[in-house]
Amino acid sequence: MIALLLRDLKLAFRAGGGFGLGLAFFLILTVLVPFSVGPQSSLLSSIAPGVLWLGALLACLLSLDRLLALDWEDGSLDLLATAPVPLESVVTIKALAHWLTTGLPLVLVAPLLGVLLNLPVAGFFWLVISLLLGTPALSVIGTFGAALTVGLKRGGLLLSLLVLPLYVPTLIFGAEVARRGAAGMETTTPLLMLAGITAAVIALLPFASAAVLRVNLR
Amino acid sequence: MTLTVTDLTIARGGIPVLQGVNLVLRPGAALVLRGSNGIGKTTLLRTLAGLQPPVCGTIRGADETIAYAGHFDGIKPTLTVSENLTFWASVFGANGIQPALDAFDLQQLAMRPAGSLSAGQKRRLALSRLLVTGRPIWVLDEPTVSLDVAAVSMFAAAVRAHLAGGGSALIATHIDLGLSAEVLDLGRFRAKTRPVADFDGDFL
Amino acid sequence: MTISAKANAIWAYANPKKFLAASERVLPFFWISSGLCLVVGLTWGFFFTPDDYRQGSTVKIIYLHVPAALLAINTWFMMLVASLIWLIRRHHVSVLAARAAAPVGVVMTVIALVTGAIWGQPMWGTWWAWDPRLTSFLILFLFYLGYIALWEAIENPDAAADLTSVLCLVGSVFAVLSRYAVNFWNQGLHQGASVMRIEAVTGADTQEKVSNVFFFPLLICIVGFVLLFVALVLYRTGTEIRARRFRALLARERAGA
Repeated sequence: MIALLLRDLKLAFRAGGGFGLGLAFFLILTVLVPFSVGPQSSLLSSIAPGVLWLGALLACLLSLDRLLALDWEDGSLDLLATAPVPLESVVTIKALAHWLTTGLPLVLVAPLLGVLLNLPVAGFFWLVISLLLGTPALSVIGTFGAALTVGLKRGGLLLSLLVLPLYVPTLIFGAEVARRGAAGMETTTPLLMLAGITAAVIALLPFASAAVLRVNLR
Repeated sequence: MTLTVTDLTIARGGIPVLQGVNLVLRPGAALVLRGSNGIGKTTLLRTLAGLQPPVCGTIRGADETIAYAGHFDGIKPTLTVSENLTFWASVFGANGIQPALDAFDLQQLAMRPAGSLSAGQKRRLALSRLLVTGRPIWVLDEPTVSLDVAAVSMFAAAVRAHLAGGGSALIATHIDLGLSAEVLDLGRFRAKTRPVADFDGDFL
Repeated sequence: MTISAKANAIWAYANPKKFLAASERVLPFFWISSGLCLVVGLTWGFFFTPDDYRQGSTVKIIYLHVPAALLAINTWFMMLVASLIWLIRRHHVSVLAARAAAPVGVVMTVIALVTGAIWGQPMWGTWWAWDPRLTSFLILFLFYLGYIALWEAIENPDAAADLTSVLCLVGSVFAVLSRYAVNFWNQGLHQGASVMRIEAVTGADTQEKVSNVFFFPLLICIVGFVLLFVALVLYRTGTEIRARRFRALLARERAGA
């Protein structure tokens, strides 16, 4: 289990592992926003929480199609399925590795990008908290989508089509926390809902992911 | 651990390919599978490894005893040879990697990234993984692809050592490994009709 | 599996051939009765009911909007039940019915959204508002698209059936979650569901009722839509079964039996 996590982290950090691509995408997206909506700082600061959440979500989506497909292509997934490790733990560990290499860095750079978008001072704390609570759910849901499409030749686009609707509740509550926090409003309710969704998704979805992965392996 | 297969029917893509397969594999024995392309050798081996469910029939003694090596090497090119092996050793929670490196003459390559190996060297690495799993039954699908003569005899020696240690091996191959192995031709199990109610049979 | 299917009368129709024969017998009834209901209900509704004192003649779009919206949601529900039956009892007809229903659900969702926009324009002064109900339907539409796309993408029919069924299950949970999330996110313009409320039928509720004059033709339209849905799903399931049969025959031919 730990070995699998360490291997995935190593693979992500070595050459060609794609670490940092998500971050670069997040940065570019944030830079492009003022070009498309105009440079007025009042407008930017009002849309900043939502834009940053959407950017983080899309950056997460970007690396999902490699999450299981690489192991599927080179036969590692077959071997993992015959190993004395339940497939449920394999997908959970894979999701964790994805979060550590994609979600967590996004959380850490989000405040810097918040500066670019004139995020109100009160918003930084809530932006980081909401991303910290929400991005694990994005990784776990994304792993489910990756498991569904793992056997397909051009699964990337389909993966987005399947995963994005599933991201709706997380996005709504996460962005709501960030937005309310930035506006100095009460954040407890959406924060609890966000935490609840993340907890439930982590607890239950790996079973669905493992089930569809078994179907795809046979 | 004896592997016993009784009256097994297996399907590929919902279409039965082999039916009524019976075989027994005792400790210390090797069984070589023969059969023309598309007969269902790979499907049979994947079924035994537990990667796909059989249509009907029973498989006994396959639970967490099988080390499977398929067409793909399952090697990460950016990890070194020893990192690749160490990973699988810790997943299977079994032996150290030293015997595996020795058996397949990988000692010199241990620190090289696996991506820089030739196809035959990669194959040797994939086969050496069998030793680190510590599993008694080896299920091998065309293990000698891209191996040279020296490597083939290295592999045959490893199989003989495994058998001598009480293990067993089920090998789908077309070349002669010089093992004293029984040969099973799958041709006689070819599925003739489609009477299998569970799959497309309902639609006929 | 086959034994239990025989023991229970309704599961007998899980056999594709029996299902085909039975559905062909009842299909004409469904086509004709749904046609009759729709002609009567829509004619009555469009030409023989008074205009609403507030909404004018635009209110008459209700005869398309409400039945379509009802079916848009219930089609997904039917797909969920059919997928569960497939996952538990492995009846092919069940999952093929789910597959057959999905495009019908998409069309119903689109009808509900489009008629809603046409109705909303004069009422609320806008074609589209991010109202919770409208938004939920839009999200439902995306779920339908994903489900259909997954079916189309996978070649092996049994793998496709398993994967889409799990997606339908997981999707249902997330659809409900999205509904609550969207409600939380924006309180809207749309009135509550007022057709099926007792007060609305008896006329006791004077605020947002659908009064009797509108209600009876609407009821006939709903019945017509439901019958049409059943007819379409039976017909399309038949098509799916024939496609699978064709595939099975080809496979037998290739095997040289």
